[in-house]
Amino acid sequence: MTFPNAGSQERPVPRLEARGITKGFPGTLANDHVDLVLDPGEIHALLGENGAGKSTLVKIIYGVLKADSGTLLWEGRPVTIASPADARRLGIGMVFQHFSLFESLTAAENIALGLDSAPRPRDLAARIREVSKRYGLDVDPDRHVFSLSVGERQRVEILRCLLQEPKLLIMDEPTSVLTPQEVSRLFETLRQLADEGVTILYISHKLEEIRSLCTQATVLRGGRIVGAVDPRTVSARTLAEMMIGGDLVVPAHEPVESAHAPRLVVRNLSSTSDDPFATELRDVSFEVRAGEILGIAGVAGNGQAELLAALSGESTTAADHVEIEGQAAGHLGPRARRALGLAFVPEERLGRGAVPEMTLAENAILGGAASRGLVRSGVIDGQGARAFADRIIDLFKVATRGHGAEARSLSGGNLQKFIIGREILNKPRLLVAAAPTWGVDAGAAAAIHQALIDLAADGAAVLVVSQDLDELFALCDRIAVMFHGRLSHPQPVGQTSVEQIGLLMGGLFDRSEAGKGDRDVA
Amino acid sequence: MWPRLVPRGEASPVMVWMTPVLAVALTLLAGTALFAALGYPPGRALHAYFVEPVSTFYGLGELAVKATPLTLTAVGLAIGFRANVWNIGAEGQLVMGAVLGGGLALAFWGEEGPWLMPAMLLAGILGGALWAAIPAFLRTRFNASEILVSLMMVYVATLFLNWLVHGPWRDPEGFNFPQSRMFGNDALMPVLFEGTRLHLGTPIAFAVVLGGWFLLARTFVGFQIKVLGLTPAAASYAGFDQRRLIWFCLLLSGGLAGLAGVIEAAGPVGQLTPAIPQGYGFTAIIVAFLGRLHPLGILLAALLIALTYIGGESAQITLQLPIAVTGVFQGMLLFFLLATDVLIRYRVRWGAPAGEAGRA
Repeated sequence: MTFPNAGSQERPVPRLEARGITKGFPGTLANDHVDLVLDPGEIHALLGENGAGKSTLVKIIYGVLKADSGTLLWEGRPVTIASPADARRLGIGMVFQHFSLFESLTAAENIALGLDSAPRPRDLAARIREVSKRYGLDVDPDRHVFSLSVGERQRVEILRCLLQEPKLLIMDEPTSVLTPQEVSRLFETLRQLADEGVTILYISHKLEEIRSLCTQATVLRGGRIVGAVDPRTVSARTLAEMMIGGDLVVPAHEPVESAHAPRLVVRNLSSTSDDPFATELRDVSFEVRAGEILGIAGVAGNGQAELLAALSGESTTAADHVEIEGQAAGHLGPRARRALGLAFVPEERLGRGAVPEMTLAENAILGGAASRGLVRSGVIDGQGARAFADRIIDLFKVATRGHGAEARSLSGGNLQKFIIGREILNKPRLLVAAAPTWGVDAGAAAAIHQALIDLAADGAAVLVVSQDLDELFALCDRIAVMFHGRLSHPQPVGQTSVEQIGLLMGGLFDRSEAGKGDRDVA
Repeated sequence: MWPRLVPRGEASPVMVWMTPVLAVALTLLAGTALFAALGYPPGRALHAYFVEPVSTFYGLGELAVKATPLTLTAVGLAIGFRANVWNIGAEGQLVMGAVLGGGLALAFWGEEGPWLMPAMLLAGILGGALWAAIPAFLRTRFNASEILVSLMMVYVATLFLNWLVHGPWRDPEGFNFPQSRMFGNDALMPVLFEGTRLHLGTPIAFAVVLGGWFLLARTFVGFQIKVLGLTPAAASYAGFDQRRLIWFCLLLSGGLAGLAGVIEAAGPVGQLTPAIPQGYGFTAIIVAFLGRLHPLGILLAALLIALTYIGGESAQITLQLPIAVTGVFQGMLLFFLLATDVLIRYRVRWGAPAGEAGRA
């Protein structure tokens, strides 16, 4: 089944049309006269950096927020969408970035809870099986959600929407938690839905995905529409430059050939935890050498948090499991490890890497104050801290009104630049960075990557733990994968591929060499 | 049209310091209504309550005498509260400070010297700190709530004091009254001005205010305390030792409460009696929050609360108002402070909402 293209003579009635949507929040205009036309059967990308207004627009369409002005037309008729229930009645479904599932209930029970009028349990299970078969969304309705992988949980969310037979499906950053193989399966499902006439509004900042999936793209910047293109006809670079409104400088990293002395050695690291939802590390061993960037890939929740805590010193082990600069450090706390030359960029920048209510000058003291001589006999050198904050702001181009600004007033990207700058200016011999560009706009991400590359070029060892494979392939010399608390053997970037890493992310540790062409369908 | 509360973008720094003023104004307003309802002329009653007691030199001295233990205790508590360490048992630590310091005075009764007062002050600090060490140990070792433990320790301390003054430390010439001997001259806080009861404790309290301010604003320990209180995850990321900070906060707040206790015993009271615990340790919690957990704010708050104490006494004498009016005024003050604090994050708007958008 096909639908006429947007360019043909008889343009079909758009499924949804937004006219002049404006929405302000205290201090900002999140949507400024936004117009959007979604045709039946198209997969339409909504692109933009963080804070560009994508989420606000989608929340207005889904009835979560109310626009200050502007109108919505559903199949040509003006409508008022006052609540998500209204939206669902019209035929709008949405899959959120953060799942809203109860872990202790089964998939079917979760789906029933999300339906406005749930059928009897037996009928529902049958419907779920029918729909999941039709779209290749393998889900066992009777399994409990806590036992499902992230990809399976997302399928539950999608099924919940599909059971309502939506005409417009909104997907918010759906691939950020999936392996590449899961991504391609998701895309097949979405294409099938589009062929059946469902409109899909696809929000993402992964440009290659948009180019392979979407037939139309609308770009938002600063709350306004700045462009509409067919993403298949332009390069990812062009799309990125539309998003950031300027030239994109892509950092280049020359892989190091000669192996230097190891700065970090992890040996047979295992962990046990009282928390039933924590992942236990199983016999993790690797080393990071001077001048090298090692990447650790993997779907979140496979032990990365536990590994990072064991590296930072927030959880300690027997001394010889972790060695920093040749010294046994497994038993040392964070400050002792910093004294050995470790710097650490945590995943949560606000609330761990920085104190939201404190000024940048105060936050500058947070990491490695002693090593920079900002504390003398227990007294803080306030002037020194302010000067240090100014230096970070200056060198790493942090957009802020100065060292007196509270950390929470910065955008995610700027705060991350500040934290990375703080850690790098402490002149570490070893830097561990978790998800350094997660949720960061393209311009800031490029600057952060450049800073990490420069640090390695100066002879520091860098470890990057990230879910973003594009990032790891752009940055790293070697890549390893975490799965269920185990770490695969690190591979040089030149000798591996996204597909192979993807298979490892799905847990095919032993078959990864042999099974390159072999699609595992669980 | 009804007023509505609209969230501000961020906390208003002006309101942080304005709401205590607003709370005082509302307390006065409610006090006026209260006096009127009781049948007292409000103008005269408020005058008797808030003006008369401080209109003499002696009265000002009394104000400082009351504010001293409140300030000493509240500064220590506020430093702990900044780190989310909730020492609720300052009253017990105050009693133990009085017991240890006063015990020294009794032990060397009749053979004193100028060394006795400094030794008593140190013993008072030690007594309070030791009493606070118990909740600190149980918290850091067994994760027992310091709120409950420190609170329960208050009653143990009070009963211990009662036992002492009813038994072993009872004044042998005191006609069986449950109280110790009067302290000797060297064991009494020197009075600063003739004709008042203003004593050396007040300058000590000033010094503690300045020290507390310096600790919080300038030292690395103070920085760690603030980080731990605001964002525990950031404190563990930076490697601040949470246990040591809990010990530090409890020992400091206990020590300062103990200091307040010995100063009270060696100052206005002059002996150990069952009336040493007057509720200063609990009132100091109100003082700490009214002062915004800031040492300089605490100084002002302590003066205000001290005024409610002596105003209550004055109103009792001149108007025959029941002494309970003190508690009523302190309660109203805290109530209005908590109520007006909403203005820090919200502003008041008049008129109908812009839209009836349902939020999911």
